[in-house]
Amino acid sequence: MPTFEYAPAPESRAVVDIASSHGLFIGGEFVEATGGKPFKTLNPATEEVLSEVSEASADDVDAAVRAARTAYTRVWSRMSGADRGKYLYRIARIIQERARELAVLETLDNGKPIKESRDVDIPLVAAHFFYHAGWADKLSYAALGENPRPVGVVGQVIPWNFPLLMLAWKVAPALACGNTVVLKPAETTPLTALLFAEICQQAELPPGVVNIVTGAGTTGQAIVDHPGIDKLAFTGSTGVGKMIARSIAGTRKKATLELGGKGANIIFDDAPVDQAVEGIVNGIFFNQGHVCCAGSRILVQENVADEVVRRLKRRLTTLRIGDPMDKNTDVGAINSRAQLQRIEEMTAAGSQEGAERWDSGCELPSTGYWFRPTVFTDVSQSHRIAQEEIFGPVVSVLTFRTPGEAVAKANNTPYGLSAGIWTEKGSRILWMADQLRAGVVWANTFNKFDPTSPFGGYKESGYGREGGRHGLEAYVKTGSEQ
Amino acid sequence: MSARVDVRKTYKLYIGGKFPRSESGRSYEVLAAPTGRRATPRFLANAAMGSRKDARDAVVAARKAQPGWAGATAYNRGQVLYRVAEVMEGRRAQLVQDVRDSEGLTPARAEAVVSAAIDRWVWYAGWADKYAQVLGGLNPVAGPYFDISAPEPTGVVAVLAPQASSLLGLVSVVAPVVVSGNTCVVLASEERPLPAIDLAECLATSDVPGGVVNVVTGRTAEVAPWLASHRDVNAIDLTGAADAAGVEWGDLELAAAENLKRVLRPGGSGPEAVEPDFDAVPDLRRLTAFLETKTVWHPKGR
Repeated sequence: MPTFEYAPAPESRAVVDIASSHGLFIGGEFVEATGGKPFKTLNPATEEVLSEVSEASADDVDAAVRAARTAYTRVWSRMSGADRGKYLYRIARIIQERARELAVLETLDNGKPIKESRDVDIPLVAAHFFYHAGWADKLSYAALGENPRPVGVVGQVIPWNFPLLMLAWKVAPALACGNTVVLKPAETTPLTALLFAEICQQAELPPGVVNIVTGAGTTGQAIVDHPGIDKLAFTGSTGVGKMIARSIAGTRKKATLELGGKGANIIFDDAPVDQAVEGIVNGIFFNQGHVCCAGSRILVQENVADEVVRRLKRRLTTLRIGDPMDKNTDVGAINSRAQLQRIEEMTAAGSQEGAERWDSGCELPSTGYWFRPTVFTDVSQSHRIAQEEIFGPVVSVLTFRTPGEAVAKANNTPYGLSAGIWTEKGSRILWMADQLRAGVVWANTFNKFDPTSPFGGYKESGYGREGGRHGLEAYVKTGSEQ
Repeated sequence: MSARVDVRKTYKLYIGGKFPRSESGRSYEVLAAPTGRRATPRFLANAAMGSRKDARDAVVAARKAQPGWAGATAYNRGQVLYRVAEVMEGRRAQLVQDVRDSEGLTPARAEAVVSAAIDRWVWYAGWADKYAQVLGGLNPVAGPYFDISAPEPTGVVAVLAPQASSLLGLVSVVAPVVVSGNTCVVLASEERPLPAIDLAECLATSDVPGGVVNVVTGRTAEVAPWLASHRDVNAIDLTGAADAAGVEWGDLELAAAENLKRVLRPGGSGPEAVEPDFDAVPDLRRLTAFLETKTVWHPKGR
C-alpha cells in the first residue's frame, strides 16, 4: 500500500521559557528546598535536560502542609463559595489564554504528541476548572448530604501520564469544596505543575491555598504520612495505592485512589469493523498507551478475529511515530527509560509465554525512548500480558464465542477500571454494560473524558470517583461527620 | 399443679439460608446483661462459636447469592425487605424478650428498640427503588454522547455488627448493605448474639433468598481478621470493632488494604472507635459506602 509522506510540521517551542532550575511553591511563593537533592527532568523524545527541579524533604512537605493549614483556616474555608468560584474561573481563563504555552511544555516534558496535549489535555484542564468553579457556591444542591463542608488540607500525588490534566482533576474539586492542597507532580513531569503555580499567582489565589512540592517516592510518602493531612488523593499504580491504604489504616485520614487497569475492549461480530479498529487504536495507542483505562486487552469474537487483527495491523502501519512536537505525529515518546524497560520486560514475557508478537517495524528516532505499537495474538488468560498492566503501546488479543464468555474473560483480572463494547445490538450493549465490573464502560467509543462524567474503578482499580457530582463526595464532609 | 418445663431454643449459625452448627463443634455461654439485683449472671443460652471455616463458608454462600440478589428488580428487593419488617412484627414478643435479656433494658425500652428496628427495615426498604435516581443520572458531557452514571452494589460485604446495640444496631448496619444488592457476612455482637439469630429466623421465614445475609456468632477477635483479609470479600464495615474484645480496627483496615476492600470505618474521630447512636435517623452514608458508580458512554447520531 502506498503511504503518503508528510512534510515535517513542527510546533514552535518559542512560546515557552524554561528556567534552568525550579524551587518549590509554598505559601504562594517559590522557595528553595531544604536539603533534598535536586534532580533533572528530561525531554524523553531527545534525552535533552530541560530543567533542574528541587526534591522536597519531609521538612519542606511540613512547611507546605502548614502553609495549606493556615490558608485553610484563615482564608479559604471561610470564603463564600461564590468567591472561591471566581478564583477558579480566573484560573480556567488563564489556562485558556496560555493554552499553547502549556501544551508545548507538556509535550516537551512528557513526550506525548503535541496534537494530544493541544487538543485533548489542555482543553480538558480548562474545562475541569470551569466545571468545578460553578459548583463552589452550589454544593448544597449536589445531594451529598446535609451541610456539606470542606475536609481540610488535602495531599495529592499525581502521575506522569497526564501531568496537568491529573492536576486539574485533583485541584479543581478540592478548591471548589473549600479545601487547600499540597500537590506533588511526578518526578519525570513536574514542569507544567510549576507553570500552574505561576498561574495561581497571576490569578492572585490567596497564598497557601495551592502548594506544589516536587520530588519522587520519598516526598510522596512524606505527604501520605504527614499528620496534618486530612485527606489523600492519589492516581498511580495499584502497588503504590495499596501502600497508601496500608499507611493510613487505623487513622482518620481519608483517601481516594485511582489505580491501574487492564481494560477489555470487546468486539462482537456485528460491530462496524472499521470503527472498532479505530476504537482499538484510540483505546491503546492514545498517549503511547500510558493510560490507566487503556483498552489493553482486545476480546474479539472468534469468527471475526482474523479480519479484525488483519485490519488492525494494516491501520498500525499508517501510524506516524516520532517527534512529539510535530503536529502530524500520532505516537510520541515513552515517558522515561524506566518505563521503556518495563514495557520491554513485559513484551519479552509475552513472547516467552508463547504469544505471537507483531509490530509495524517502522523506523524510530535514534535518541530518546521509543517503542513501536505492538500486537500480541494467541494470548491466553493466564499470560502476564493478559493480566498485568503494561502501560505502553502494547495490546493483547484474546477471542471469545458467546457474550457470556466475553463477560467472564473481561472480568477476569483483579482490576475493574474500564471496558469497551463494540456491537450494533443495543440490547446487548445494555446487558453487557450491566455485567461488566468496571467503573467506565464505553460502548461503540473509547477513551472519552469529560469533567461532568465520573471516572474511577471497581475492585483493585481503586476507590472513589473523580469528576461530576460524584467526584465532589471525596472533598466534603456532611451531616454530623467529624 | 407443677410448672411446665419449657422448651428451650438451640442457637446456631445462619449460612446460605440454613442453620448449621459451627463446623468446629464449639459453643460459648451467653449470659444475661446484669440488671443489678442478681449476684451471679443468669445463663441464657449456648451460642455457636463460629470459626474461620464457618466464616469462609459464609463468604462462599454470600458470593453465590450475590448476582441473583443484585439482579432482582429494585421493586422486588424493596418488597422483600418490607416483608422482613412484617415478619419481625409477628415475632415481636421473642425479639423484645431477647433484647431485654441481652441489653438489660426495661420492658418499655425494649419495646421501643424493637419498634425502631422494625421501622428501620421499612425505611431502608423504601430506598430500594429510589437511591439510583438520587445518586445516579445523566452527565451533560460536551459532545454527542449519551453518558449515564448509575450506582451498583460492590459485591460481598463483611459486617462487624455493633457490640452493644444488638438488634437496632444490627438492623441499622445490615439493611443499608443489602438494600442495593450486596450480600453480606455478619459477625454478630460477641456478648449479645441472640437477637442476631432471632433476626436470622425472621430472614429465613421471609422472602430474603438464602445466602443474602449470613450470620456468624463467635469471638470477633478470632473471626474478623479472616474476613478482613479474605480476597473474595469486596468491602468491610468495621462498626462493631468499637468495644470488641481484643480487636484493633486499624489492624483490620490494614488487612483489608491487601485487595483494596472498601472500608467503612467505625464511628469516632480519633483512633478510639465508638458505637454510633442508632436511635438517630440515618442518612445515606451507610448505603453509599457499599456502592460503586458505573458510567456508560454511547455515541449519539443518526
